[in-house]
Amino acid sequence: MENFSAFDLLYLVATAFFILGIKRLSKVKTARSGNQLSAIGMLIAIVVTAYKLNFIGGPDGATLNWSTVLIGIAIGGGLGAIMAKRVEMTGMPELVALLNGFGGLASTMVAFTDFYGLGGNGSETALGAGVWSVAIILSIFIGTVTFTGSLMAMGKLSGKLSGNPVILPGRHLLTAVLLIGGLGIAGYGLFTGNFDAEQSIYILIACSAIFGVVSVLPIGGADMPVVVSLLNSYSGIAAAMAGFVIGNSLLIVAGALVGASGLILTMVMCKAMNRSLGNVLIGGFGGGGGEIDKSEYTSVKSAGPEEAAMILESATSVIFIPGYGMAVAQAQHVVKELGLELEKNGCKVRYAIHPVAGRMPGHMNVLLAESDVDYEQLYELERINGEFKTTDVTVIVGANDVVNPEAIENPQSPIAGMPILNAHESGTVLMIKRSLSPGYAGIKNPLFERDNTYMCFGDGKAFIEDIITELKDA
Amino acid sequence: MIFLLMLFVFMLAIVVGNELISKVPPTLHTPLMSGANAISGITIVGALMGAQYVTDDGTTKQILAVAAIALAMINVIGGFMVTDRMLAMFATKKKGGKK
Repeated sequence: MENFSAFDLLYLVATAFFILGIKRLSKVKTARSGNQLSAIGMLIAIVVTAYKLNFIGGPDGATLNWSTVLIGIAIGGGLGAIMAKRVEMTGMPELVALLNGFGGLASTMVAFTDFYGLGGNGSETALGAGVWSVAIILSIFIGTVTFTGSLMAMGKLSGKLSGNPVILPGRHLLTAVLLIGGLGIAGYGLFTGNFDAEQSIYILIACSAIFGVVSVLPIGGADMPVVVSLLNSYSGIAAAMAGFVIGNSLLIVAGALVGASGLILTMVMCKAMNRSLGNVLIGGFGGGGGEIDKSEYTSVKSAGPEEAAMILESATSVIFIPGYGMAVAQAQHVVKELGLELEKNGCKVRYAIHPVAGRMPGHMNVLLAESDVDYEQLYELERINGEFKTTDVTVIVGANDVVNPEAIENPQSPIAGMPILNAHESGTVLMIKRSLSPGYAGIKNPLFERDNTYMCFGDGKAFIEDIITELKDA
Repeated sequence: MIFLLMLFVFMLAIVVGNELISKVPPTLHTPLMSGANAISGITIVGALMGAQYVTDDGTTKQILAVAAIALAMINVIGGFMVTDRMLAMFATKKKGGKK
């Protein structure tokens, strides 16, 4: 091995900053400084790379083209800053999906530029032609799948595309053909030279792009937390592969960290739905399998804002369960306001967060943090489930399947075995919901008919505002 | 040889990542993801290397290089800024919300 240089040492420092930064994310108190440490690591990596390329130059003495660099940084930095400032907290899942996609596309372009710049010949590269070719193929494949898959996920999250699973006829055959065809032709082109290498890369890009679209199509809108987490992981792996292309260990380490992160979140989401990753990816949940009870609800009790206010006024402990409906109704601020109003009464207020509530991991926590709820009042499923028995009132805002007692009581149910929040065990349940319509799983929720449940029909935000008015008047 | 070394680094990084990230509480999973977005912007290093093959001629090559840098930078700046914005919301409650 050649002697290492000051540049390598500085890359090592940048790596250390990333690792320390992620380590500090394990506590709310240190998380912000952790993110800043990672940002410093990134700044070091960029400055060192630019300095090295400018003063030392590349393998053939080429130096940095500054106008290219500055235009790119200005456009990207500007767009990134605007997006980060403007995004609503309810829109975070879409933003993360979009950033996943851009990350994937960036890796594709790095691999492609390297391929293009070296004229398709990697024999002079640090890792040799074989590794270089494999790394190019993998980073282009994973990066492009991440890009188009993320755009699909974003479309489904934002409602621009239908959230329903789209099942194409013969889709398994189609994906197999795209996968084997794309990778096979690229491998043939790069390794044998019997087929134009550049054209084979174009075919690979096309196959990967369609593969990304076809993979996300059959997955329903409510499974997007899993998809976004998985694509997050892919974007990291694509970056690591790009690291193998250009022989840079900083890309490899940072990419691996992101890849591991996304994979862990994917597993957390799957566990919370009691489904395997394969089951989610095959998609089409809710269709077929198990009989769906289509009968009408018979004994539903409903309550208006005055009644709900009366029930809440006499409660000494209340748990809120937020769901995706809270995000849709933008009700997080009034939920917090209601919580404060109850605390004035001496009531103990807590928030129970199901891991798959919302459209991405931790989405509800961010929304409640935005409306200034103390994070110490936010409880995970395991920590709060024993507490419902001793709680007077549970207020469910826009959640449905995650409180469906069928999951524990009916082994035949499609959601049997899924961990739920045991809201039904509390004294009274106030279920704020627009209608009796089923949740994503498409099944009846017997909680609606329980003796201790009152359905509060209406828009989450408006209904809670009315409760607050009633409480203040009382 | 260098390849094996790098493969080794890759595997170790996954193990380290696994250890660290499984300790991140669910409350912080959204900032974790957006922060990971930012870190995957490390491809900026590769994108910069691509900028040494180009000249100021506005060819496809240069446009590709600009686009690669811009895309990576969106992730870097957008990812770190939005993560900071979120984490600031978690942090303020320590001062403001405590009674």
